Amino acid sequence: MKLGFLVDLNLCMGCKGCEVACKVENEVPLSSWRLRVKYIDIGTFPDAKREFTPLRCNHCENAPCERICPVSALHYLENGIVNVDSSRCIGCAGCMMACPYGAIYMDPETNTADKCTYCAHRIESGMMPACVVICPVQANIFGDLDDDTSHISQYIMAHQGAVQVRKPEKHTNPKHFYVGGGTQTLDPLAQQRIEGYSLFNNITHLKHVGDPNHGVIDRFLAPFESHEKLDNKSFVDFDNHESEGGH
Amino acid sequence: MVESTVHATHAVVTLDVALPGIIWGWMITLNMWAKSIGTGVILVGAFLLYRHKKDEMPNLRWTMPLISFIFLNIFLLFTLTDLHQPYRMVNIFLHPHWTSAITVGAWMASLFTALVTVLMVIGYFDAHPNVRKNCALANAARANSGLYEKIFPFVVFLAIPVTLYTAIIMAESSARELWQAPAEVMQMMWAALLAGSAALILVSGKWSAEARKDLALVLAIATFFSFLMYMGEYFFSFKSSEAEATLAYVHAGGAYNTEFWFGMVLGFIVPFFIAVGSMKSDNKTLLRFAAILALVGLYMAKDVWLKIPQMLPLS
Repeated sequence: MKLGFLVDLNLCMGCKGCEVACKVENEVPLSSWRLRVKYIDIGTFPDAKREFTPLRCNHCENAPCERICPVSALHYLENGIVNVDSSRCIGCAGCMMACPYGAIYMDPETNTADKCTYCAHRIESGMMPACVVICPVQANIFGDLDDDTSHISQYIMAHQGAVQVRKPEKHTNPKHFYVGGGTQTLDPLAQQRIEGYSLFNNITHLKHVGDPNHGVIDRFLAPFESHEKLDNKSFVDFDNHESEGGH
Repeated sequence: MVESTVHATHAVVTLDVALPGIIWGWMITLNMWAKSIGTGVILVGAFLLYRHKKDEMPNLRWTMPLISFIFLNIFLLFTLTDLHQPYRMVNIFLHPHWTSAITVGAWMASLFTALVTVLMVIGYFDAHPNVRKNCALANAARANSGLYEKIFPFVVFLAIPVTLYTAIIMAESSARELWQAPAEVMQMMWAALLAGSAALILVSGKWSAEARKDLALVLAIATFFSFLMYMGEYFFSFKSSEAEATLAYVHAGGAYNTEFWFGMVLGFIVPFFIAVGSMKSDNKTLLRFAAILALVGLYMAKDVWLKIPQMLPLS
């Protein structure tokens, strides 16, 4: 069994339902994302359009994150999923440096690396990933790539020539495919991030990686202290900690 | 206006989450810099011991492992401090994953530090026979003085992979295309020779002029080739679109451009000329000045090279 994902970008309408479902299902903390939908505006008015690109872990067959992880916290499951064992993770962030897709984050509550696991816990129980279930237009297609009769295999066969992966030149052999995408939607170097052109918010960068309320020394003291409970406000203020190195 | 700033065929991200900024920051720069000194003094020290009699460098036998020990511990401290779960460092030894250069490096660096510690203890108590005459450790060290020469070749050999494994970590960081294994391996090796010679220059006051001349030679060669490597990458990394986009953070000016060129001038160009001059006339003060400049410049160059690839949006 080799589980894979396919997103038909022709169907995606950018409702962000998958984003929310993922957050709820996996209790992903604020400021962190296992799955996000990026809006990309292409062209010049009046010949302009908006594209939506859901981005998650690609569960690569040749995963750089699995290779670089010093303690096998990132490991393959038999079904091809690249899973995370957060109880083993040492928080070196090597996987964040290795993943060409920026799909791994440092969980600010556990101070360990985390990412999309294709909802491995749900699959184990015979359920579909939360983002697949919630999608109102069935743009997310999930299944066994080794099974020629699965929906995803048939979808790939039906769209031969139009199926793409992100950054194929990295030789990661992703198991996450897109239909209806193009360079402008899938290649971050083909996109500009211009201040003033963002909807709702400014272009922002996290000024912390991991727990924003604890410094380096606190990491050593953490096992011996009771932490103040983190609330949403803890993660909203991005400017409350060092900009770099203090992660 | 959009029409004048955005090309019609370009795409603009209009809604996205906040992206992580620099993940490996100054602590990793300091980590790499300290490791360069820790392994470099052993490599350059071995070169000096091969070329000269021990009498010409009276304190080398114990200062070399002492400097290495200090900087290896700085390196290990910041390796640990940079972890989000520092106590789980033990997992590298309990659950090692051997495809990871982090794992292999941690094992090698730990062994290397242990052996350097043995060299330091033996070297120090041998050189100071009146210190702690009744201490069992001191007496054991003096009694096993010959062990120093037996393990030293192995330490020198081990210094090479310990120097280079960080380059492989960077090469395994597939997301950062600027870090290519061949270039990084050479950068690390030159950095170790540069840092090792610079550190030894600072303690070479009582050494023979010939030994200092050799240190100046190593410093000159290391600064020259380090500079060449950086220039090659700075100007000619255009075959990869990601590397080119990464270098734009330096090419475009700003803080990283300033830091990079300060690093190049202070760390490589100025020390090169001073070192070449010192090979003709033995000017200890000037050579020490070059050594300090080289160490400062090396930190700056490493810092820029570590951070700029992390600024590129990956998705």
